[in-house]
Amino acid sequence: MTSPAGAGVSRRQLERDAYRRRRARSRAAVAVVSTLVVLGGLAVVVLQSPGWDRVRQTYFDVGDAKAVLPDVAEAFWLNIRLFLVAEVLILVVAITVAIIRVVPSPALAPVKLLAVVYTDVFRGTPTILVVFLIGFGVPALDLAGTPTSLFWLGVIALTLCYGAYVAEVLRAGILSVHPTQWASGRALGLSYAQTMRHIVLPQAVRRVTPPLLNDFVSLQKDTALLSIIGLVEALRVAQVDAGRTFAFTGYVVAACFFIVATIPLARLTDYLTVRSLRRENGI
Amino acid sequence: MFISSSRGLTALAALALALTAACAPADSDGGSGSDSTADAAKAATSLSDCKPADLPLLTSGTFTIATDDPAFEPWFVDNDPTNGKGFEGAVAYAVADKLGFAKDDVTWVKAGFNQAVQAGTKSFDVDINQFSITADRAKAVDFSSPYYSAAQAIITLKDSSFAGATTLADLKDAKLGAQVATTSLEAIKQIAPSSDPLVYDDTTKAAQALQNGQVDAVVADLPSAYYLTSAELDGATIVGQFQPTTGESEKFGLLLAKDSALTPCVSLAVDALADDGTLAALEKEWLTQATDVPELK
Repeated sequence: MTSPAGAGVSRRQLERDAYRRRRARSRAAVAVVSTLVVLGGLAVVVLQSPGWDRVRQTYFDVGDAKAVLPDVAEAFWLNIRLFLVAEVLILVVAITVAIIRVVPSPALAPVKLLAVVYTDVFRGTPTILVVFLIGFGVPALDLAGTPTSLFWLGVIALTLCYGAYVAEVLRAGILSVHPTQWASGRALGLSYAQTMRHIVLPQAVRRVTPPLLNDFVSLQKDTALLSIIGLVEALRVAQVDAGRTFAFTGYVVAACFFIVATIPLARLTDYLTVRSLRRENGI
Repeated sequence: MFISSSRGLTALAALALALTAACAPADSDGGSGSDSTADAAKAATSLSDCKPADLPLLTSGTFTIATDDPAFEPWFVDNDPTNGKGFEGAVAYAVADKLGFAKDDVTWVKAGFNQAVQAGTKSFDVDINQFSITADRAKAVDFSSPYYSAAQAIITLKDSSFAGATTLADLKDAKLGAQVATTSLEAIKQIAPSSDPLVYDDTTKAAQALQNGQVDAVVADLPSAYYLTSAELDGATIVGQFQPTTGESEKFGLLLAKDSALTPCVSLAVDALADDGTLAALEKEWLTQATDVPELK
């Protein structure tokens, strides 16, 4: 909304522009003052509280943070590996389940039933119970061929839980593609599978990318749940340190790692959201 | 929505004021008797200075004791601290008795580990929950004099190749597990195992892993080990015990809020119980089986 400078501008327009500049300035001033008042007030309340010294020593001690940092960093690598492997498997499981649920073929009825039961059960079950069942229950079965590595047991548990969530997100995406897209695909002579692969899925995935990445951010944090079956990941290392020193700075250090790891995903989500809005609305 | 700037500012200022008022620190004199009684209890040098009326209690006339839920044997019996059974149940009532509380004046509350060690005010007068006394921990909370010194024990399955271990070195190649935030986890360093230990939330989960073959042996303090092998695990045995050398040997103390005015009186009571042989008798009564386990060098 830039106004062209020069003689062609009416007096009324100049007044309007001047008013807008004034308003922009006063709004900026109000924003600055209110930010200072509210955040400054909060800072004063926290820093002036009688327990602040103890809270600082317990949660924000720089010396403690430095001491625990190498251990947490090393353990966080395990979280990253868990997350990356689980993410790939989750996508495979989720796309399979989502497609099974939307395909209209009556011959697939028993598989569809299984897919429905799977999503219902694993979305409704607390992740921690699934982790227990897979991590402790599967090895207890004592069957030949079942995995014994805690890493893979953990990955399987997370895949089962998140596969159900992500399958529903993808299914919603597929169902949101307008029926005319299907009809057009078939009218062009594409088979059902080709229509799904080339027409529907690309639109569906693009549409659900933000909620999908949301689930993956959540998955990153839930790798910490695997500590309950004995995996010594970042949060567990922090807990071990807290148990030794009664100081919780280690948790804050671990939290920083999780935050730093999720920020790139969050920015990517924002970027993809804006991009798909731009494309679909032709802006 | 446009608010004129001056009205917006006023509203914000009012909000900030309200926030400040709502978050203002509470005065610290509420509920715990007058400052003079607190000072008197803090300066207590003999039990005669510690009468229920003089003590700065959470609820006056009532001794509020916390422990974890569930409360396990042999520390408590039937997950019911109020029956005074089990070693810690009995010690808690003995301490209360020394301070002049009748059995009915004792109230129990539940407090988890993290809740007990959090900075800030406590929901209890004392917490008895196998808290090991360490210098680091003492920076965050108060401990009474110790009422128990525990050895560490190695638990394994009877058919394990480590069941016959007679020295700590025999356990070098074992995959070990222990509970997080315990001296047991620190004591594993004495064995210097060839692989990193696995860490569990509690000994119940470590026991699961032992039964699954995910760990070869679990390190736990001796009384917990006794409970695990007798009640929780099938076919498990205590290989032996050893005294932890990292830091001091493990001692359990009652936990109180940092700088609690009650600490001197509770310590005096525990000391008196140690002197008159009550603690030894209670230990014998509730933890006798501990003596059957061989020492690992």
